[in-house]
Amino acid sequence: MSIGLLERFKIGLWRDNPGLVQLLGLCPLLAVTATFVNGLGLGIATLAVLMASNALVSATRRWIQPEIRVPIYVLIIASLVTCIELVFKAWFPDLDRSLGIFIPLIVTNCAIVARAEIFASRNPVGTSIVDGLVMGSGFALLLMVIGAFRELLGQGTLFSRIDMLFGGEPVRGLVLAENGWLLLVLPPGAFFSLALAIAAKNLIDMRRKESSAATPRRARTLNR
Amino acid sequence: MMPDRPIWRSGVTLAIVAAFCTSLVALTWQLTADRIEENRKEWLERSLQPALAGLFFDSPVTESMITIPPPHELPGSDAAVIYRVYAGETPVAALFVVSARDGYAGPIRLLIGIALDGEVTGIRVLEHKETPGLGDKIDTSKSDWVLQFDGHSLRNPEPAKWAIKGDGGQFDQLTGASVTPRAVIRAIKQTLTYFDANQVAVFAEPPKLDEAQESD
Repeated sequence: MSIGLLERFKIGLWRDNPGLVQLLGLCPLLAVTATFVNGLGLGIATLAVLMASNALVSATRRWIQPEIRVPIYVLIIASLVTCIELVFKAWFPDLDRSLGIFIPLIVTNCAIVARAEIFASRNPVGTSIVDGLVMGSGFALLLMVIGAFRELLGQGTLFSRIDMLFGGEPVRGLVLAENGWLLLVLPPGAFFSLALAIAAKNLIDMRRKESSAATPRRARTLNR
Repeated sequence: MMPDRPIWRSGVTLAIVAAFCTSLVALTWQLTADRIEENRKEWLERSLQPALAGLFFDSPVTESMITIPPPHELPGSDAAVIYRVYAGETPVAALFVVSARDGYAGPIRLLIGIALDGEVTGIRVLEHKETPGLGDKIDTSKSDWVLQFDGHSLRNPEPAKWAIKGDGGQFDQLTGASVTPRAVIRAIKQTLTYFDANQVAVFAEPPKLDEAQESD
């Protein structure tokens, strides 16, 4: 493919971020991001499913009749999610307990079926895996950013219960304040946080466009 | 016009993919089942401890388990598990593992410890799928809500007061979740009532009698 790896990451993490730009997978995005660790956990699970489903869909794309491709995507994605759920139950039982229903609900994450349909069904296996990696990272990164933001302002901590990923005794993480702004932990807080994240992205994009349009003529005055 | 492909070809493709996906899940299950069971046991051992607070006992609790198959008068339609706690030969308390079926998102698996005099020694939520940030406050890792029942019994308060404050009862509710606490309180009350009525039977049954055993 003509696009380099770096360029792909830019697309997945920023330009076409599944959560920020395509607004896909909002259900888990809004539901589990009350803490950073939850966001990271679900992010990793989604990333793994996305890469594997892209690989399988791409590998089978030549002999899947187009009429039945959707049920086949559903089958593939559902089985992969079941596998991931079992793996989480076996190796990260605490995290699994904390994420609860949202691990099986990865099935309903439209970002995954969207990548299968838009990308993996038309591209070779290698590129499709990279696409899964890139898009999954974009989604995971957003989950982590929003999780960190909500945890920090909502309960005044960061990385609480990181033991759920790495084992050991339950930890409260970095405690920066004893209490937080409860609103941010509650579901409306998730909507506000996502809205702020989208607004911030648009603002940065706009600034960039303006400055790149302005540079040729007013380079001196704008750039310091 | 769509290319004329015989329908059986689609059927075969679907069947192959389904078979492949099933084997994938089966294989993963094979690889993880033991660990998952181990985790569950370890988690149970760990989580039984808080329901034993303040009790004197000298035998391993997990070995005195009995399973009561449905139908029974305890909460939930699945098998209920009871761990009997002894000090020597004397019964001290019973720990019930039951399911509150009417949670907001599926059953809530509860551990309920009750001393011989009918007082709650401790309650923990073992498994639930309640809404994060709202109903999941029944979990001690999120809030202390479930601790408020310690030391209460069917005499304190009277059975009619076993409800959340919003329903005219005595116990605190959870902000934004009413189905969850109602389900939990109902299950506790039902378990207390059961233990009151069946105390002798609970301790009479020999340990480790499983499925085949008929319950009263």
